[in-house]
Amino acid sequence: MTDAPADVVRLTAAETAAAIAAGELSAVEATQAALDRVAKVDDAVHAFLHVDAEGALTAAAGIDARRAAGEQLGPLAGVPLALKDVLTAKGMPTTCGSRILQGWYPPYDATVTARLRAADIVILGKANMDEFAMGSSTENSAYGPTRNPWDLARIPGGSSGGSSAAVAAFEAPLAIGTDTGGSIRQPAAVCGLVGVKPTYGGVSRYGLVAFSSSLDQAGPLARTVTDAALLHAAIAGHDPMDSTSVEVPIPPVVEAAARLEVLGMRIGVVRELSGEGYEPGVQARFDEAVELLSQLGAEIVEVSCPHFDYALPAYYLIAPSECSSNLARFDAMRFGLRVGDNGEAGAEEVMSRTREAGFGPEVKRRVILGTYALSSGYYDAYYGQAQKVRTLISRDFAAAFERVDVLVSPTTPTVAFPIGAKADDPIAMYLNDLCTIPANLAGVPAMSVPAGLSEGLPVGFQIMAPAFADDRLYQVGGTLEAALDARRGHPLLDAAPAL
Amino acid sequence: MSTPAAVMTTPSYEDAFARYEPVIGLETHVELGTASKMFCGCATAFGAPPNSQVCPVCLGLPGALPVVNEAAIRFAVMIGLALNCQIASWCRFARKNYFYPDMPKNFQISQYDEPLCTDGWLAVEVDGEVHRVGITRVHLEEDTGKSLHVGGATGRIHGATHSLVDYNRAGIPLVEIVTEPDVRTPEVARAYVEELRELCRALAVSDVRMEQGSLRCDANVSLRLRVGPGEAEKPFGIRSETKNLNSLRSVERAIRSEIVRQAGRLDAGERIIQETRHFDEASGRTSSGRSKEEATDYRYFPEPDLTPLALSREYVEAVRASLTELPSQRRARLIAEHGFSDRDLVDMRNAGVLDLVEQTIAAGAPAPAARKWWLNELPRRAAGAGVTPAELAIRPVQVARVIELIAGGSLTDALARKVIDGVLAGEGGPDEVVAARGLAVVTDDSALSAAVDAAIAAAPELVDKFRAGKLNAVGPLVGAVMKAMKGKADAATVRALLLERLGAA
Repeated sequence: MTDAPADVVRLTAAETAAAIAAGELSAVEATQAALDRVAKVDDAVHAFLHVDAEGALTAAAGIDARRAAGEQLGPLAGVPLALKDVLTAKGMPTTCGSRILQGWYPPYDATVTARLRAADIVILGKANMDEFAMGSSTENSAYGPTRNPWDLARIPGGSSGGSSAAVAAFEAPLAIGTDTGGSIRQPAAVCGLVGVKPTYGGVSRYGLVAFSSSLDQAGPLARTVTDAALLHAAIAGHDPMDSTSVEVPIPPVVEAAARLEVLGMRIGVVRELSGEGYEPGVQARFDEAVELLSQLGAEIVEVSCPHFDYALPAYYLIAPSECSSNLARFDAMRFGLRVGDNGEAGAEEVMSRTREAGFGPEVKRRVILGTYALSSGYYDAYYGQAQKVRTLISRDFAAAFERVDVLVSPTTPTVAFPIGAKADDPIAMYLNDLCTIPANLAGVPAMSVPAGLSEGLPVGFQIMAPAFADDRLYQVGGTLEAALDARRGHPLLDAAPAL
Repeated sequence: MSTPAAVMTTPSYEDAFARYEPVIGLETHVELGTASKMFCGCATAFGAPPNSQVCPVCLGLPGALPVVNEAAIRFAVMIGLALNCQIASWCRFARKNYFYPDMPKNFQISQYDEPLCTDGWLAVEVDGEVHRVGITRVHLEEDTGKSLHVGGATGRIHGATHSLVDYNRAGIPLVEIVTEPDVRTPEVARAYVEELRELCRALAVSDVRMEQGSLRCDANVSLRLRVGPGEAEKPFGIRSETKNLNSLRSVERAIRSEIVRQAGRLDAGERIIQETRHFDEASGRTSSGRSKEEATDYRYFPEPDLTPLALSREYVEAVRASLTELPSQRRARLIAEHGFSDRDLVDMRNAGVLDLVEQTIAAGAPAPAARKWWLNELPRRAAGAGVTPAELAIRPVQVARVIELIAGGSLTDALARKVIDGVLAGEGGPDEVVAARGLAVVTDDSALSAAVDAAIAAAPELVDKFRAGKLNAVGPLVGAVMKAMKGKADAATVRALLLERLGAA
C-alpha cells in the first residue's frame, strides 16, 4: 500500500481503480485522500456545494469489503467523483445552484447517479454550477462562484464549473457535468480537461433537473481521454424512465480511446468556427493540433456549415422557451423554498414571492425571454423560426458527415476570463458558447480535449461526430492527447500552479 | 355584470327557443380506466387515501420525466375508431402552461394542434330522429390533482382559510372529445353525452361515472336568430362555455338555462360575453367564471420530454379488429334478431339489464319473456335489495329455466315468483327450489277433480247464481279451488273444469 496520499489524488481514475484492484490502495484510502484534498483546497476553489464525507467513506468501505470477499469489481470501482448538483442523489441535497431549492433532499436517485453507484464509483458530493445550468462561468450560482485552479481570479467555465474545477484541482479524478449549450466542454476547455457531451439520448436524463429538455445531456469530465471513456461507458445506455433515451448499444468508447491512430480518417475543419473573435493563442493552438493530426495521417478537409451562424440566436430562443416551462414547477407548493406564506397570502402570491426571491437574475431573464417567445402571436416568429434553424443546422451536420468522419473547431473563442469581466454583459457571456451550441442543437456528440496553453491558460480543441458515433471522439481525442503529451513531455495539468 | 338583472326580462325557454336557434358544441373529458397513470406507474384507484398514489413523476418533482402508458394510447385509439375518426399516423404531445397549485408541473401534458384522432361523428337518436354529431378531435392528456378548499362555507375557494391538494388524480389519463358546433337542442346534447357514455362503457375504456367525475362535460352555447324559409342563416353568435357538468340532467338543464339567459341579454340589446360559466345544481342557473377575453395564454409547445407518437397502420388495424360491438350496432342487431322496439331498448338500457336479457335469450328463453322478467319482477327485487339487477343472486340461465317451466305449464307466474324467491334465498337452482318447496303446478286430475267437486258442494248459492245466468259467479269458485290446491294449479285449467262440471261447457 502507498503511504503517500498526496500523490494518490494525482492518479488518473484508471490508475486509481487499477491500484485498488491490485490491492495496492484501498477505496477508503483513495476516498480519504480526495476528502483531504477537498478540505485543503476547496475553501479557495469552491468546487463543492455539499461534501458527503460519511456517505463516501461508507460506500468506499463497502467496496473494499466486497473486494476482500473476492468479488470482481468494475473498471472504476473505488474512484471518487464530483456530481454536478443538477442530478438528484438520495441522501444529499440537490440545489441546482439555486436558492429556490435550498434544503431539498430528493427522494430518488437520478439514473446517472444509480449507474455511478452500480459501478462502485464513490460520490464525494455535489459540485457547484451556474443556477439551473444557465451560464458559462459559475458566477450565477446562488452560493458563490467557483474559481479556476489555473488562476483563482478567473472563471472555471460553466455551467459545470464546480465539476471542472474539482477535477483540475485534483479534488477528484472524475466529475459528471451536464451540457445544454457547451456546459461540459467549455469548463473542460478552460480548465485543461477532457469533457464530453454524449449523443442526445445516449445518457438518461431521468433525475437531471431540466433546463432545456431537448438539449440537456449529462457526460464525463476527466483529466484523460481514457478516464472520460470509462466514465462515459458507466453512465450511458438506454433507460426506460427517459422517453428520449435511445435503445442502441453504447458506442465502444473505451476501445476507441486506446486506438491512438487517425490514419486515413477524414477530419473536417468548420470554416464558420474560426476567424474574427477568436483569440490568437486559441486559434494558434487549434491550428497546431490540426497540423499534428495531419502529420499523423488524417486527411484534413475544410467544411462549411453555413447555418452555424444562426445557432446562437436559435439556441437563445429554444433553451429559454423550454426553461420557462421546465422551471414553472418551482412554485413553493411541494418542495424547496417558500416565501410569504403568512397565513393571509393566497397561493398565487406565495408562488410569485417565492419565485421572486428564489431565482437569480439570469434565470429570471431566461424565463421571461422564453415566456415571451412562446406567447400567442410570437410563437411562429421566435420559437417556430428557431426550430427551423435547428433543422437546417442538423442538415449542415448531415451534409458534412457525408464528407468527413469528424468535425473540429476551437471549443471556446477565448481562454478563461477574469471573474466579473462579463457578469454585466449577458451577450458577451453568451458568445462563449458559439462553437459548442451547434452540437446540442443537432443532438450530435462532441468532446473538448486540451490543446495546450495560451498565455499560461488552457485552450480546448473540440471534436464533433455523427449521432451515436461517440467512439470517434475518443479515437481522435485520445490520439491528439497522446501526441501532445509526448511532444510536451508531460500531461498539460502538470503545468498548473500548485494550490 | 354591468346591467342589473332587474331591467332584463327573462323569456320563457319555449319563447327563447322559438325565436333563437341554439348552437351547441360539447367538450367531454373521459378518465380512462387504465390500471396505471398516463406517464408513470402509479395506481389509479378511486377513493384511495389522499396522496397515496403518487411518485416523483406525477408529483412533478425536479428531474422526473414522463413515459407514455401504451394502454392509454390504445384506449384513445379505440374511442377514436368507435367515433369514426381518422387516427393520426404521427402526432405529438404538447405542454399547456398555466399555474395552479393542483397542477404539479404547472403545465399539463396535452395535445394541441396535432391530436391523435380527428374528423369523426357519432349518431344520436332522439324521439326516433337520428342526429349525426361531428367529432372535431379526440386527444389525450393528463388529469390534474384535486384541490379541497377548507374553512369556507361553500367549499369554494372564496372564503376558504386554506386549501389541501390531493395528487392521486394527477396524471390519470384523460381523453378530451370535442364536437363540431352541430347540436341544436339541449335534448340532443344530453343524448350525445349519454350515447358517448354507453360507447365508452361498451369499449370498457372507462367506468364513465359522471358523479365521480370520470366523465365530465363542458357545453359551449351560443344563440342566433332563427330565419324564415329561404333566408340565409345568421352567423354564429358569441358563445359561453359552461364547465364541469356532472350528470346527464345537468347537461340538459344547464344548456336550457344558458339559452334563456342569453336570449334575455340579446332581447335587451346586451352582448354576450365570451366566458366560462359554472352551473349551480340547486338554482338551476349558470354564473360567470373567468372571462376568456382576459384568459391565460397557454403558450403551447411540443413536449420535449416525449418523442412523437407514430402509430403504424398495423397497430391501428389491430385495435380496430379488437373492438367489441358498439352500442348502436348492438341496438340494430337486437331489433333485427329479437324484434325489440326502440322503446324496449331504452327501457332495458335504463334498467341496466340489456346484457342480462341477451344472456337469458342465449340460454334459450324467448325474447319477450326475457324482456318481461328482467324489466319488471327482477328489477323490483333488485331495488328492494338495494343492488343492481346484475348483482342479484340469480343468473340469466336460471331465469331462462324459470321461463321454460312456465311455458311448459309446470309453473304459473305466481309460482315462478316463489321459485325466484327460493333462488335468491340461496336454496339452489329453479328445479331444486320447485322440488324442495313443492311448487309445481298440480296436473293430477283426481286431486283437482276432488277439489272442484268440494268447491261446488260447499257453495250451493254460487252454483244457483251461476245457473241463473250470473256467469261471473264462477270467479269465487276458482278462488276456492286455487286456495284448496295451495296455488299449485293452473287457474285457466280450474276455470275450464268448473265450467264443464256446472254444465256450461
